[in-house]
Amino acid sequence: MIFGISEHEILSIVVTAILTIVTLMGSVIMAALMIPIERRLLGLWQDRYGPNRVGPFGSLQVVADMIKIFFKEDWIPPFADKAVFVIAPAIIMFTTLMAFAVIPFTESWTIANLNVGILFLLAMSSLGVYSVIFAGWSSDNKYALLGSMRTAAQMISYEVFMGLSLLGVVLLAGSFNLGDIVESQRGMWNVIPQFPAFVIFFIAGCAEIHRAPFDLPEAEQELTAGYHTEYSGMKFGMFFVGEYLGIVLISCLVTTLFFGGWLGPWLPGFVWFFLKAFFFMCFFILLRAATVRPRYDQLMAFGWKVLLPIALLNVAITGAIVVAQS
Amino acid sequence: METTFFIAGIVALAATLRTITCANPVHALLYLITSLLAVAIDFYALGAAFAATLEVVVYAGAVMVLFVFVVMMLNLNQETVTRERHWLRPKLWVGPSVFAAILLIAMVWSMTVGGAIGGIEGTPLSANAVGMALFGPYVLVVELAAFLLLAALVVAIHIGRDERNEARWKAEHGERETTQAGEQQ
Amino acid sequence: MKNAAQNAFSATSSVLRTIGMTFMHSFRKRDTILYPEEKPYLPPRYRGRIVLTRDPDGAERCVACNLCSVACPVDCISVVKTEDETGRWYPETFRINFSRCIYCGYCEDACPTYAIQLTPDFEMGEFDRQNMVYEKSDLLISGVGKRPGYNFYRVAGMSVGGKDKGQAENEAEPVDIKTLLP
Repeated sequence: MIFGISEHEILSIVVTAILTIVTLMGSVIMAALMIPIERRLLGLWQDRYGPNRVGPFGSLQVVADMIKIFFKEDWIPPFADKAVFVIAPAIIMFTTLMAFAVIPFTESWTIANLNVGILFLLAMSSLGVYSVIFAGWSSDNKYALLGSMRTAAQMISYEVFMGLSLLGVVLLAGSFNLGDIVESQRGMWNVIPQFPAFVIFFIAGCAEIHRAPFDLPEAEQELTAGYHTEYSGMKFGMFFVGEYLGIVLISCLVTTLFFGGWLGPWLPGFVWFFLKAFFFMCFFILLRAATVRPRYDQLMAFGWKVLLPIALLNVAITGAIVVAQS
Repeated sequence: METTFFIAGIVALAATLRTITCANPVHALLYLITSLLAVAIDFYALGAAFAATLEVVVYAGAVMVLFVFVVMMLNLNQETVTRERHWLRPKLWVGPSVFAAILLIAMVWSMTVGGAIGGIEGTPLSANAVGMALFGPYVLVVELAAFLLLAALVVAIHIGRDERNEARWKAEHGERETTQAGEQQ
Repeated sequence: MKNAAQNAFSATSSVLRTIGMTFMHSFRKRDTILYPEEKPYLPPRYRGRIVLTRDPDGAERCVACNLCSVACPVDCISVVKTEDETGRWYPETFRINFSRCIYCGYCEDACPTYAIQLTPDFEMGEFDRQNMVYEKSDLLISGVGKRPGYNFYRVAGMSVGGKDKGQAENEAEPVDIKTLLP
């Protein structure tokens, strides 16, 4: 007994701390790896090579870019609101990394086995909006402000559909806990009974991390770089890595919620999880290579007129079936 | 759990205090968001994990975003900050804070002497229990709230609708599906 | 209602088709030429590094007429004229600032003696900007370039270097203007 804590508790604290560090490092490294993977895959699908000079298959290009970004001048514009300007990029990293805490990578590898796991995820993704809003506002720049306005509207709207699409999964599993949801998919992956929910979740997730085709907040043709126009150096790097962390997060979530997480024959659980998540990360890149950006009003109309009714219908039908079966 | 509760409580108090005293409205909103997050942690420490996350999703994540949205559009500058400072003279906030202090003393007294205070245990309250309570004993309240929200929705659509604009759009584009309505959401 | 369903179907299928088509590009040949290892084909009339050529006899073709310098839209050519003892013009200095040159080829068009020519070579990178200024010694090559048999003074009706008027190729004897006889 040390300070009134038993050895058993200390052990569990140490294990959790190690798991946390491994997950943090793993997710950030995976996000960093996504950068060369995306550039190479985009090259493949556009009939070109992408970076192929630095290191084997250009894999060290990201290291070179990082060294460059570290040594760049970390400039804060004199007209910016300094405190908010500095906090903004930290928020996106914080919220995205926090969301990784509840994801069950394997049966035993979950940092925080929360009973309200899904709600925690939604909470974190809704807090992520602040990063973009504050970045745009504190930059004191028209393009940045316009970009953050768009983001605020887009993210708040699509969060609604994201939450509604998850409710069907929650109804089937009877729990908000992500581990229980994975366990409930032993017989059949959720993607089969909940296919509309899967499509809506994927689209809403894409909009939530403002990836192409929903990258209106940073549409470079009209808004220079959107909300991070004024950012440079490591602060820009945080936005950049934050976006890729978002891809990793949404891919992990799709895997967990609709594709049976770690479940799978022969291979160990983590390998299955990784393979499934990696497939969706590549699919995000394929989406970017293939699709065009919608106009802003089209985006909103599509969300409220198409996704919302389908999501509500899905919840109603799933609920009716669950009630009828029990 | 007790330590978490008190730390979060202190953070919430300090952040709320700064929300009131901060001259820059956006900074004040930032403090308000921090305060809401601290309150959410307090809920969690008390065992109401469901309420805690809903607090973050609904209040910090959606309602406050709209607040920030509006404040950002107001084009505030240094002038506003100085005016705000001018308004926040001690003479003005002494009165309200005395009354607030009296309220606080009354509350603390009723909780300690009156015996309303319980231990902070953190017994988890599941979402299931919350749902059962909402649609069991409190179903009437839920229905009333639903009525209110429906009325609000209808009013919002009515106000947000620009009939002249819609007529012009229809005249220009014929009977094609209007995409304009999306913007007014 | 039917129309809306049709619209939704066609929109969805078009997006899916685009994604599929983009994915099928993974099996296509890549269009990139991996440059330093694999040189691209440059046609003979490619407009690259500028050279000064010589005529088949080995003498300089340039007559320092300055037409290239005048034609140059970015003013990157500077020529200083001089004469030899036979009265033949040639450039004392011929300087091209390649950090200004836009490789438009107007100098080549303007040249009356085919002396200045653009070649299919573009690998002229330098770390020091000053090295981009090419002097006459850097420009002058010992070949004839794109016009193998051409010698300006052999076809020009000008007495120079021992060749008198009327002695050039395809040139008639000069008319004696002081007599009426043909």
